[in-house]
Amino acid sequence: MSTDSNSDFPWDSKVPEGPLADKWKNHKAHIKLVNPANRRKYHILIVGSGLAGASAAASLAEMGYKVSCFCYQDSPRRAHSIAAQGGINAAKNYQNDGDSVYRLFYDTIKGGDYRSREANVHRLSEVSGNIIDQMVAQGVPFAREYGGLLANRSFGGAQVSRTFYARGQTGQQLLLGSYSQLSRQIGLGQVKMYTRHEMLDLVLVDGHAKGIITRNLVNGKIERWAGDCVILATGGYGNTFFLSTNAQGCNVTAAFRAYKRGAGFANPCYTQIHPTCIPVHGDQQSKLTLMSESLRNDGRVWAPKEKATAEKIRKGELDPNKVPDEERDYYLERKYPSFGNLAPRDISSRAAKEACDDGRGVASTGLGVYLDFRDAIKRDGKAAIEERYGNLFEMYNRITGDDPYTTPMMIFPAVHYTMGGLWVDYNLESNIPGLFVAGEANFSDHGANRLGASALMQGLADGYFVLPYTVGNYLGEQGIAKAGKVTTDAPGFAEAEAEVQDRIKKMMSINGKESARSLHKRLGHIMWEYCGMARTEEGLKKALELIPKLREEFWTNLRLPGKEEELNPELERAGRVADFLEFGELMCRDALMRDESCGGHFRSEHQSPEGEAVRDDDKFAFVGIWQHQGDDQEPKLIKEPLVYEEVKFTTRSYK
Amino acid sequence: MKLNLRVWRQQSHESPGGFGDYTLSDVSEDSSFLEMLDILNEELIEKGEEPVAFDHDCREGICGMCSLIINGNAHGPETATTVCQLHMRHFSDGDTITIEPWRARAFPVIKDLIVDRTAFDNIVQAGGFITARTGSAPDANEIPIPKPIADKAMDAAACIGCGACVAACPNGAAMLFTSAKCSQLNMLPQGQGEKDNRVLKMVAAMDDNGFGNCTNYGECQAVCPKEITLDFIAKMNRDYATAKIHKFFGAAS
Ligand SMILES: Cc1cc2nc3c(=O)[nH]c(=O)nc-3n(C[C@H](O)[C@H](O)[C@H](O)COP(=O)(O)OP(=O)(O)OC[C@H]3O[C@@H](n4cnc5c(N)ncnc54)[C@H](O)[C@@H]3O)c2cc1C
Ligand code: FES
Repeated sequence: MSTDSNSDFPWDSKVPEGPLADKWKNHKAHIKLVNPANRRKYHILIVGSGLAGASAAASLAEMGYKVSCFCYQDSPRRAHSIAAQGGINAAKNYQNDGDSVYRLFYDTIKGGDYRSREANVHRLSEVSGNIIDQMVAQGVPFAREYGGLLANRSFGGAQVSRTFYARGQTGQQLLLGSYSQLSRQIGLGQVKMYTRHEMLDLVLVDGHAKGIITRNLVNGKIERWAGDCVILATGGYGNTFFLSTNAQGCNVTAAFRAYKRGAGFANPCYTQIHPTCIPVHGDQQSKLTLMSESLRNDGRVWAPKEKATAEKIRKGELDPNKVPDEERDYYLERKYPSFGNLAPRDISSRAAKEACDDGRGVASTGLGVYLDFRDAIKRDGKAAIEERYGNLFEMYNRITGDDPYTTPMMIFPAVHYTMGGLWVDYNLESNIPGLFVAGEANFSDHGANRLGASALMQGLADGYFVLPYTVGNYLGEQGIAKAGKVTTDAPGFAEAEAEVQDRIKKMMSINGKESARSLHKRLGHIMWEYCGMARTEEGLKKALELIPKLREEFWTNLRLPGKEEELNPELERAGRVADFLEFGELMCRDALMRDESCGGHFRSEHQSPEGEAVRDDDKFAFVGIWQHQGDDQEPKLIKEPLVYEEVKFTTRSYK
Repeated sequence: MKLNLRVWRQQSHESPGGFGDYTLSDVSEDSSFLEMLDILNEELIEKGEEPVAFDHDCREGICGMCSLIINGNAHGPETATTVCQLHMRHFSDGDTITIEPWRARAFPVIKDLIVDRTAFDNIVQAGGFITARTGSAPDANEIPIPKPIADKAMDAAACIGCGACVAACPNGAAMLFTSAKCSQLNMLPQGQGEKDNRVLKMVAAMDDNGFGNCTNYGECQAVCPKEITLDFIAKMNRDYATAKIHKFFGAAS
């Protein structure tokens, strides 16, 4: 059943007919193909070289398509996928603990608090096993047991061990695997790689995505690129909050420019606040560092039971190791006995916030709780813990100066991942024909909360196992007569290029007093305060007043040194901040519209007496898609109903 | 704390460079080195001067983008630590700190502290991969890999491609970088099919891209933020010799 057949949803999510478990198989069997000899006539533009972009570029090039790939770093190997620590899920059931495709599918739907599209999630779960096969074949050195077979660990929201890992550097190893495949294709001349290029606009020709405008970050040149279709794999927008676990350059620009050209932006308010990050140290801070969720396999989360105890710790009068067990509140174990310290992220984060709001936080700021390895070290020995988490412990030590082997780690929630993204149908194609979106940049699989170790899985599923089919389908439908025909002289290119130039000129000519960084930081404060872990109608309305004012300040008081035609990091930053300043407003608008709590979106008005999120399935079982209507008009809200054929709505419980 | 900074300034590859002197007061010892540079840049912008350009992205020691010589040391004074993970508590009030870009023939300066490391990508493109067509892989557990080999491969794979090894080497050689990638793949059963060609091509690419020869100074190992060791260089040299012999007999893999 196609979801559009039973509602007034104006677009088609193209979910195939048939039983859930057969949809992808059937779809692949009926999809259009491009014959191998014709593939070289098509040119595919891919923006992004993270897991999603690199795997798509490598696979499509290997099939014979001509590919151009872009990234803003100096090498495709540095995309932020590199920073993922903990692991990647796959329903292999190598541990013989009852895992299956269905169980991974179900956990993901439930983890997402029933706000994701069922058919997409099932496909993700189906291809998860192939991802591990593929990555092992490429030489990714996953952790192994003594017998030589692959090892697994557990992640939040699951009762099986299905997470594959490579020490604490899983993302690095997976990305280097995909990067090696991409490199091979670059060496063969099948992919042209453009590093230090930032996409600043999307170009539509006859309503189809056929090109992009980039800025060469080394010499400032604005350039046009034409292709037969465009794939955006540009990552998430967590940096809207200024402080997050994202890399400094992570941005919403590519996705937001596509939105401005008509692409729907789905669920922008769904952001994930990760429970275990190193607490903020002060005002000079530029980013927050994640401590992998895998640590919760062995670390126990606690806060002091009494405010007075917490206060003594804060003042440095009491060593946390001296707090006896009966004065510690292992709150996750207490509240969620069946999942314990591995309760999902949204729930764990809120629980930490509650403890701190209650005056029981530690760290000098009062914004911190403990993640304590004392018992695990006693049980398994220091060597075993070092083998599992050594590099994370070192990183913690480098940043804080404390030794987690002897002093409990201090952690606090931080912005980490964004479930929202450009709207895509089952083919990962947006409402703009020819515009595909993959990885964290799309919205499709994680609903209102992503489970740990599932983003790497999704990025690679999209790039290796979905796009190679669905992009071919689009190109096949376009027909060979059109292959490679669009050039940068087509109408649309000149206009888009001129707009990009104007925008840069405008920013360069403000000559105000405040730096882009400072303005960004102020936006971050607004977002964290009003659109962070707990949101209210009143707060969101306030944010919707404050953000436009701040944006006004940006456009009248920005100080931007340097020139356009040279390497100018401040200009790059200013462009990204300008987009965050518009996008932040869209996030708040979406959060205000969604008058329920679900997953990472917690509206304080909607909670149970125990403080759990309360969904409103009657009113809000839909994807909220925003479509731009012009700069001086409010965006339009389009609703894609979420129809579940297989699972039933239930209240999420991890007790 | 208060700091005196001597920072390399260079407008572009073509123009000559020189040191600029700056002082900063009020740097928190909990700040990272790059956060200290952020503060400097904010002050420069405030004064209407051009901020210092430097490469960085993840700021958690994994992307390999940050790349500074601090007081003569690649990535600064701490061992096994990238610049972005270096914190100001390792410096003292009143210190003078000299900051320069990587200096190597194969890494031309683009601006200030930013260099061009495309040469590294070229080496990987030449052979730093296992040919594995998408969708054609056997079940992952079909090839058991003894844990010690998997662990050793992981030690090599930990390289972040920052280029500190090249910057520290008096010859500007890329042996540590190349050998880490080459050895990781050559050690694994999946990598055997292309073993000889991999090492021959990667070594040739190293020469083609302007890197110098290895004369066993060992500076690379000393500065590597991921503690990649010289044994991978020894392994690559052995693989190279074997590949040459195989090639001589017309049987290179
Ligand atoms: C610290 C951290 C730890 C994590 N740990 C885990 C984990 O253990 N397990 C898990 O499953 N997930 C984890 N995640 C989430 C996961 O890593 C990401 O969601 C995922 O890697 C995103 O991949 P991607 O390919 O979509 O985007 P990215 O890897 O972010 O790549 C984006 C690409 O787009 C390019 N780009 C962006 N904007 C532009 C532009 N305007 N112009 C040109 N190029 C552009 C960039 O250069 C880059 O190449 C973690 C995330 C973080 C931040
Ligand atoms: S900024 Fe990524 S390693 Fe330093």
